[in-house]
Amino acid sequence: MQRLQFIAQRVVKGIVVLLGIIILNFLLIRMAPGDPASVMAGEAGAADEVFMSQLRKEFGLDRPLHEQLTIYIKNVVTLDLGFSYRQQRPVADLLLERVPATLLLTGTAFLLSLVVGVLLGILAASRVGQWSDSLVTVIALFFYATPIFWVGLMGILLFSVTLGWLPSFGMYTVGGKLTGAAFALDVLHHLILPAITLALFHMAVYARMTRASMLEMRDQDFVRTAHAKGLREGRIVRIHVLRNAILPVITMAGVKAGYLIGGSIVVETVFAWPGIGRLAFETVMQRDYNLLLGVFILTSFMVIAVNLITDVIYSFVDPRIELGQ
Amino acid sequence: MTGMEGLRDFWQRYRRNKGAIVGLAVLVLVLATALLGPTLFPGNPWDMAGAPFQKPFDPEFPLGTDTLGRDILMGIVHGARVSLLIGFVATFAAVSLGVILGSVAGYYGGLVDDLLMRFTEFFQTIPSFVFAIVLVAIFTPSIASIVAAIAIVSWPPVARLVRGEFLTLRTREFVQASVVLGRSSRHIIFVEILPNAVSPIIVAGSLMVATAILIESSLSFLGLGDPNMMSWGFMIGSARTVLRTAWWMSFFPGLAILLTVLALNLVGEGLNDALNPRLTREGR
Repeated sequence: MQRLQFIAQRVVKGIVVLLGIIILNFLLIRMAPGDPASVMAGEAGAADEVFMSQLRKEFGLDRPLHEQLTIYIKNVVTLDLGFSYRQQRPVADLLLERVPATLLLTGTAFLLSLVVGVLLGILAASRVGQWSDSLVTVIALFFYATPIFWVGLMGILLFSVTLGWLPSFGMYTVGGKLTGAAFALDVLHHLILPAITLALFHMAVYARMTRASMLEMRDQDFVRTAHAKGLREGRIVRIHVLRNAILPVITMAGVKAGYLIGGSIVVETVFAWPGIGRLAFETVMQRDYNLLLGVFILTSFMVIAVNLITDVIYSFVDPRIELGQ
Repeated sequence: MTGMEGLRDFWQRYRRNKGAIVGLAVLVLVLATALLGPTLFPGNPWDMAGAPFQKPFDPEFPLGTDTLGRDILMGIVHGARVSLLIGFVATFAAVSLGVILGSVAGYYGGLVDDLLMRFTEFFQTIPSFVFAIVLVAIFTPSIASIVAAIAIVSWPPVARLVRGEFLTLRTREFVQASVVLGRSSRHIIFVEILPNAVSPIIVAGSLMVATAILIESSLSFLGLGDPNMMSWGFMIGSARTVLRTAWWMSFFPGLAILLTVLALNLVGEGLNDALNPRLTREGR
């Protein structure tokens, strides 16, 4: 019952934040230089007068600001994110068809970075001062400092151009006409390079955090007690140290969800991956602001959803947290 | 302890971290490049200097030329200025904003704290890079809009950090003494408490410069850089289409970003060791 209340509170909080973002969006359009209608239609000159007056009517641009805001919120809530003049299609349609590709990419990268990062962190923490610890530390430092797009480009140079092992663009072979398992394998083949590129930076973050967190836990009283009880080392690490050390990493993973989506913009651009990120790049190139703001709302929504899921998972993993808060 | 001794003490602790020494050396090199570069390499980095697609390790163009015959070494030297300028100014703005909001929240507590922290949480939830793209795109790319965008998406961790410091320092005796003496809130915040919270702020700031440079390079890679300034991200972005034939055009600018950001991170860690605050890097 308490947990249900906790989840309900988090959902309400998420909705409030989403509402805030919608209002922020609304203000951004109006703060931008120029007429909001021309901003929404794309660059000035791209829109004709008929379309502009249509936009002004649709968004009530001739009415007082608070009425405009009400109209805007009503539109967004009913999934009417406006019309992309450049693409000649509703923004919501354009966005929704790109969601699966981005979820596949970011989801894979998320799991990959978390699993490999935590494993590397454990490895380093259990061999402090040895060469494997130094190696993990150096690798983490390196990828923590490398721009994601550059990692992607260098990956293409090495694995696509020089070695010819992996495809460098797209999500599937164009004109491949594959179905079923063969198609899935083809997508997987295309997924490897972008997913690893996106994962490396976050892998570095999780490896460093897990290592630091485990070293901190090792000095705690309850671990010393476990040693004194004569428990085996492996059991202490698994049950006592790791379970506690992993908690801050889970929190961080939720917080980093937004960074993962941000990173997918560059990665999808580098690998021509047909997701929201690639769409965002195209909107920037074409100054298609209505679509760009749609991307902003959608990605914010995704981050809020991930944060909610992390909160719920956390409440199960760590029974100590106060659900009543 | 005099100032000199304090400084020597600080240096003793800093130099125990080998990585931090290497980082400092690289950072000094990059800073020198940014300051002296345009004097040593006079001219316009946008100008055609030789034939296009010249391979690197050539006596005239050590790092080769790009698709329009521009000297890549010259581009990197001039780009250092943009990267560091944006990195430091954006960080300064973000830290200032974070310090003000965080100290007010931590000092006054109660409703003020509640409201300011909700506000901070809100900005932390927004996907920061997407938000930065939206800001720069809508307000048209320029040094000012890029700096503003990076600052706007970067301040929340600083605000939380400063708030935490203030919450603990506020209850100390020397602060209560000032309150009893009838000092103004502004005096207590900036003269009494803030100097005691400065170490973790410096560490967070030095690490933030690195992140700011990464964000700037990603923005200019996507074509959202200042169109009048040569930047490392732009060089890579414009060389992307010829990656297969001309690897050097994207390789060297990327290496410059990597080394600079790495150096800043190492220096940040050295400062952390030397100033020894309770700050861990998990806040990022």
